[in-house]
Amino acid sequence: MTTAHFQSHYIPNTELEQSEMLATLGLTTIDQLFHDIPDEFRNPALNLPEPLSELEIQRELAGLASKNRALGSGPSFLGAGSYHHFIPAIVKALMTRGEFLTAYTPYQPEVSQGTLQVIYEFQTLISSLFGMEVANAGMYDGATSLAEGVLMACRVTNRERVAVSDTVSPAYLQVTRTYCQAHGIDIEVVRHWEPKVGDDTACLVVQYPNFYGGLEDLGDFAQLAHGHGALLVVSTDPTACGMLNPPGHYSADIVTGEGQPLGIPTSYGGPYLGLFTCKEQYIRQMPSRLVGRTVDSQGRNGYVLTLQTREQHIRRERATSNICTNEALYALASTIYLAAMGRQGLKQVAELCYHKAHYAASQIEALPGYSLPFQRGPFFQEFVVQCPAPPAEINRKLMERNILGGLDITVPPYSDPLPPDLDKGMLLCVTEMNSKQDIDALVAGLAEFN
Amino acid sequence: MLKGGSRDTGMLLMERSVPGRAGVVTPPLDVPEQPLPDAAILRDDLALPEVSEPEVVQYFTALSQQNFSIDTHFYPLGSCTMKYNPKINDEIAFLPGFAAIHPLQPPDQSQGALELLHTLQEYLGEITGMSGVSLATLAGAHGELAGVLMMRAYHHAQGDLGRTKMAIPDSAHGTNPASAAMAGFDVVTLPSDKDGNVDLEALHELSGPDLAGVMITLPSTLGLFDQNIVEVCRIVHEAGGLVYGDGANMNALLGRTKLGDLGFDVIHLNLHKTFSTPHGGGGPGAGPVCCAPTLEPFLAAPIVTSSGNGAGPSYSLSTPEQSIGKMSGYHGNFGVLVRAYTYIRTLGDAGIKSISGNAVLNANYIMQALKDIYYLPYDRTCMHEVVLSADWQRPRGVSGLDVAKRLLDYGFHAPTMYFPLIVHEALMIEPTESENRYTLDAFIEALRQINRESEDDPDMVHHAPHTTPVSRLDEAGAARHPDLRWRPSV
Repeated sequence: MTTAHFQSHYIPNTELEQSEMLATLGLTTIDQLFHDIPDEFRNPALNLPEPLSELEIQRELAGLASKNRALGSGPSFLGAGSYHHFIPAIVKALMTRGEFLTAYTPYQPEVSQGTLQVIYEFQTLISSLFGMEVANAGMYDGATSLAEGVLMACRVTNRERVAVSDTVSPAYLQVTRTYCQAHGIDIEVVRHWEPKVGDDTACLVVQYPNFYGGLEDLGDFAQLAHGHGALLVVSTDPTACGMLNPPGHYSADIVTGEGQPLGIPTSYGGPYLGLFTCKEQYIRQMPSRLVGRTVDSQGRNGYVLTLQTREQHIRRERATSNICTNEALYALASTIYLAAMGRQGLKQVAELCYHKAHYAASQIEALPGYSLPFQRGPFFQEFVVQCPAPPAEINRKLMERNILGGLDITVPPYSDPLPPDLDKGMLLCVTEMNSKQDIDALVAGLAEFN
Repeated sequence: MLKGGSRDTGMLLMERSVPGRAGVVTPPLDVPEQPLPDAAILRDDLALPEVSEPEVVQYFTALSQQNFSIDTHFYPLGSCTMKYNPKINDEIAFLPGFAAIHPLQPPDQSQGALELLHTLQEYLGEITGMSGVSLATLAGAHGELAGVLMMRAYHHAQGDLGRTKMAIPDSAHGTNPASAAMAGFDVVTLPSDKDGNVDLEALHELSGPDLAGVMITLPSTLGLFDQNIVEVCRIVHEAGGLVYGDGANMNALLGRTKLGDLGFDVIHLNLHKTFSTPHGGGGPGAGPVCCAPTLEPFLAAPIVTSSGNGAGPSYSLSTPEQSIGKMSGYHGNFGVLVRAYTYIRTLGDAGIKSISGNAVLNANYIMQALKDIYYLPYDRTCMHEVVLSADWQRPRGVSGLDVAKRLLDYGFHAPTMYFPLIVHEALMIEPTESENRYTLDAFIEALRQINRESEDDPDMVHHAPHTTPVSRLDEAGAARHPDLRWRPSV
């Protein structure tokens, strides 16, 4: 316990100033301000460590950080929804400007045009990237975006059965189940080669590229879903949309995604950014904020939060979602990223990922004992390898060479929908961050097992 | 011709785009080119802007300057706790050992991250007087949803399926009823009494076998500590219900009392309010859920557990026995959690307590200095925020909205307006502990001046603000004809 007087450098008013301010209230101690708290519960013992100086904090936390293996410290081939991409320096430089970083939600549009215009740009670029008509101002992450997309599809269709393809991320499926548990929504996992959709199905949910990296035919899925009056909900990867036809081109109704690949660090899983787009006819059922362009009292262009009657602060228990604070700062980061990458840059990054992943896959497939069971069709930057030894064992060996291997999909929740002949599956991811040297080192490491 | 050329924000990215300009140079392909998939699945219509790097920097910097922010302006937005966001917190979160680690890398390659999360769970448990903590939820409302799902799961685990009602005070944030509805509850409104406390009589009436629980914000959104809170918890528990605590206003209580001791069963914290992580123009946040032992088995996955002693503890992620499930893709908003950890560690025991003390003192100082000219509906010691009303200005043709907008002209962000819903013309002012006396005095003087203006020139106040980049915007028009994205003109 600290007993001597402690003046935090985050608090300007000194003890003397505090006394003078208390005097205006006719009080002498700060504790008197808390007289409404019952005595027996006031000023409990607080078992926290003593305050630290910035120098001490820096040392202590640098020590903790050094116990983690950073992706840049050696070749890394882990993906599965969180991707190691290059982030131009301007993203951090601009997003950490205090005017962006320390502003609140833009409730006062006259003094929040910066944030509002950024979000309008974000809505423009994301809807364009996904080939969709409208995008909202962002959600928490890719998993919760998909879960909210499913809830929205149930509202739109007034149906309560949901068919989720078995190639959707198991983690996303878990989150969708959490979100749906109190709504009597029946979630059925369906085989991706013959998804069962009925006339009571609210939506068919697929992922593109799917969790295992593969590119399935979205046109077929759309036709199937729409034939039964169901919506097609697609979770997609924004980088892939830099070179591939996006889900919107296949008449998907709701397209969600994880925005992390767009200039956001992997950061042990968050903060990330949920992307959420849909057809214009459904905007009044959309969750989360929307920014619209309008004019001020002098006829000048300006931006405001709009269609707020969908939202919790107006509609309360009848809102389309409870979402309030989400990830605006990362909507900004992704907008800066997309502005910098541009039409050519994003396509080039996607193509780098594609070619490097296919090079890696072809090298690994040529190794004795390894096969690529899933990749009969096209894939993007991820692929599943059936290994000659348990993936956990291989990953340990790779780490001895300072290589972070792929995801071991033989353990729950990934093992749930896997076919039995894939008992030693590893999901590998290759991005523009992996040089040929990295890939060759991986292949050499894998070659130790056969 | 736009003033300032490309640094003028009048043109959008797509309007700035010039074919051939590049904002990045990508590295050359260093592996043999691979066959492309069927051209039918490749796109050729990608409509992203083509702008150079300096243009991107100029545009976004100019945009940033259109914002008010804590770093640039006093931001007394009630219930939002716009306190100073320490720069060291950001620096720590950007260390490669935190920012560049993958959520699925094996635990032996992320022990530092897991240790930090484990310690943060303990700190938050200690501060709130709760035994169980899950850091997996990504914002306040996200924590609320997890918390009320836990209440539902608890009742169901008792075989008690008839508890369908959630009682929520009329002063509550909109997220409370919205979260309860997302967890399948029927929302019933709990009135406040004349002192701004929960109306105990009404609570008695609602407390039956169908009551799942109540959601209480403490201090309430009136900025008041509910003097009956212990009794509220007792009544609800006696009826078999649970008490949820919305921690949005925890800045008032840090080190002063523990919600667990008062009788709360499950609460969430807003790390982007109380624990100083930057709000970023609308997130990211983090909304950890803390609970009493009875609810621990239902916490959202994952939580961090420790084991082993010999060579020091080892940390891993685990799923509580009867967990409501995963609430997000990975383990929570780690970067935000790192910042909150840094903040708590910097302040320590003594510092934590001086936060609440100064936050409450600053709010009372403002209340005292203004209550003679702005109506104060509940004349009691307030907590971290004070709710005033423009009821006395209203007859002069100046509303709460007008007062708030006029404050922008004086270089102050507006208070929260028209909330809580039970106060007419509400102006909810939360100064936080970060402001010095000089700023508080200047803010008080601005509000006194606006009151004078409401007598001398109400029309001018009614049309404020006059000095901001744009004046009042046509919000009705925006909703009637939604223009939600740029489109090429035809």
